Amino acid sequence: MARAVTPTHRLIATTAAWTVALVIFFPVLWMILTSFKTEPSAVASPPQLFSADWTTENYVEVWSRSDYPRFFWNSVVISLGSTLLGLAIAIPAAWSMAFVPGKRTKDLLMWMLSTKMMPAVGVLIPMYLLFQRLGLYDTKLGLVLALMLINLPIIVWMLYTYFKEIPGEILEAARMDGASLWNEVLYVLTPMAVPGIASTLLLNVILAWNEAFWTITLTTTKAAPLSAFIASFSAPQGLFYAKLSAASTMAIAPILILGWFSQKQLVRGLTFGAVK
Amino acid sequence: MTISLRALLGATALCALSGAALAETTITVATVNNGDMIRMQGLMDDFYAKHPDIKVEWVTLEENVLRQNVTNDIATGGGQYDVMTIGTYEVPIWGKQGWLVSLNDLPASYDVDDLLPAIRGGLTVDGNLMAAPFYGESSMVMYRTDLMEAAGLTMPDAPTWAEIEKAAAAMTDKSKDQYGICLRGKAGWGENMAFLTAMSNSFGARWFDETWHPQFDQPEWKATLDTYLHLMNEYGPPGASNNGFNENLTLFQQGKCGMWIDATVAASFVTGKDSTVADKVGFALAPDNGLGKRGNWLWAWSLAIPTSSQKQDAAKTFIDWATNKDYLALVAAKEGWANVPPGTRTSLYENPEYQKVPFAKMTLDSINAADPTAPTVKPVPYVGVQFVAIPEFSGMGTTVGEFFSAALAGQISADDALAKAQTAVTDEMTAAGYIQ
Repeated sequence: MARAVTPTHRLIATTAAWTVALVIFFPVLWMILTSFKTEPSAVASPPQLFSADWTTENYVEVWSRSDYPRFFWNSVVISLGSTLLGLAIAIPAAWSMAFVPGKRTKDLLMWMLSTKMMPAVGVLIPMYLLFQRLGLYDTKLGLVLALMLINLPIIVWMLYTYFKEIPGEILEAARMDGASLWNEVLYVLTPMAVPGIASTLLLNVILAWNEAFWTITLTTTKAAPLSAFIASFSAPQGLFYAKLSAASTMAIAPILILGWFSQKQLVRGLTFGAVK
Repeated sequence: MTISLRALLGATALCALSGAALAETTITVATVNNGDMIRMQGLMDDFYAKHPDIKVEWVTLEENVLRQNVTNDIATGGGQYDVMTIGTYEVPIWGKQGWLVSLNDLPASYDVDDLLPAIRGGLTVDGNLMAAPFYGESSMVMYRTDLMEAAGLTMPDAPTWAEIEKAAAAMTDKSKDQYGICLRGKAGWGENMAFLTAMSNSFGARWFDETWHPQFDQPEWKATLDTYLHLMNEYGPPGASNNGFNENLTLFQQGKCGMWIDATVAASFVTGKDSTVADKVGFALAPDNGLGKRGNWLWAWSLAIPTSSQKQDAAKTFIDWATNKDYLALVAAKEGWANVPPGTRTSLYENPEYQKVPFAKMTLDSINAADPTAPTVKPVPYVGVQFVAIPEFSGMGTTVGEFFSAALAGQISADDALAKAQTAVTDEMTAAGYIQ
């Protein structure tokens, strides 16, 4: 029997939710406000949330000093490319693990996830040398492959979880009707898992967009994405906070907007299968 | 062969030749994001006018990220960068490894003898200039002339630590949020340890003896740390263990510090438009204890060419342009003398126009007071004033910096911090094979 929700409970829950949301969002808000301050206001002591001298000068300077469209385009190609390639590999992998599991499927899944437990810097030199020898250094293809491999365990795990929720009988029925394996995956399984695939896609685009370690380490000029754009405004002695904030705001704005418009899909996908 | 055919062949050959002549060499320059480097990027039209056949692509990164990427590239012979912006810490290490191209063959117009001897010495390995200084800096005392006057004191041009303490005591008024002295407290080999290592030289301390044995158990280090903690606990701002260059700059600009001992490059900031005390700032050499060494450091951001670069000639052309006397004149003409990259050339300090800049003389005197090859009173087996130019130093320096920062925060005693430093550095040096 469902428990009745009293107005007091609702108020407490709403207040708590807003408080948590504000705490999480506060650093982003601070960054956005700082981007509109002058440099002295940005580092004022004690810190000021609101400034007396708002300005858009930081954005003008950041735009004039760097080739933002090139960094933006590189981010789009790298994050979308790595995610789509990852999905192309992960959908068949997750299908086989969900519907025709072997004796070692669980171990395999755990092993895949364990690769995410290693600090990235642990494989810095081998990755660096591999990229150099294979001619992948400072190329978009190189970063697409690197980020795809880095995020593949998460993509497979997410899809595996969604696929497990789909009754195997439906696929069996398709097979009885003469559907080939390809048709079964493409025309029966995929349409049913669209919310899950969409949320996996969105989450991994965000992860790839925000990845900073490899994208800065494995690029110089040609393939550098927005993470490198932000890093170029970070000063050796901590100066220029306002310009750094403007660059950061410009870098996260596209993904923030994407997340805002797709939040329904994202939440639906992330909670898919959470309640039976 | 008909005349028209010959004409066609001739025209083709001409086109090919002119194409080759106009062929563009693109060099990649890795640099840090600071005011002087940004200014140079804005003056590139002058370079392109003089060298239309060379195109420059910039990779601007935060100092630590730049250091990591450039080290990866140079250690693996990657060849991604043609010119690197590196500091006086890297030059001796990388020069010894054979990773840098010698710049001895820069044209005569470069006038290498015009470089300040201390800066040149820090960038020379086995008699070869391995990097060209873009700007140099030392550290000095910046103090409030109005507060000193109110206290009835006069700051000598070359103060002792005892005089600094007296001035700090006189200028401290915690009820008005006014602190006699602001010093770096944030942990890091380039943060508090840059200051403390330079300070320790004036107390006769050293990181290692001639056989690479750590010296933190010696009385000179104890005197250094005790003096530092006493100054900061009695006359420093609250929460100083989190303060680095930027935090202290803000405090000084807001009139909360009576004195600040830090990079000479800060002089233009504390006297600039963002400072509330711009017209009340005086300068003095970093303090000493009468032992013949002052507590000032020496640093130069310099341009170097990795041996892995495939475009070394174009890279040398760029370095010559960016660090010669004409470039200083170009900046002066476009941005004014106060914005010229300081601390690299003797001729700059002989220029009557530049001598009008209020902090010019003290910057030069501070740079000249540092000797990276003999940084402290006793002999040492290393090069470097505020660092030890060995690859292991950055890690060890940060570890020791954490102990000293903890002592400043009151988490451990000075004796504990020194004992921990001695143990940690001994372990590291033993593991690295310096101590047998």
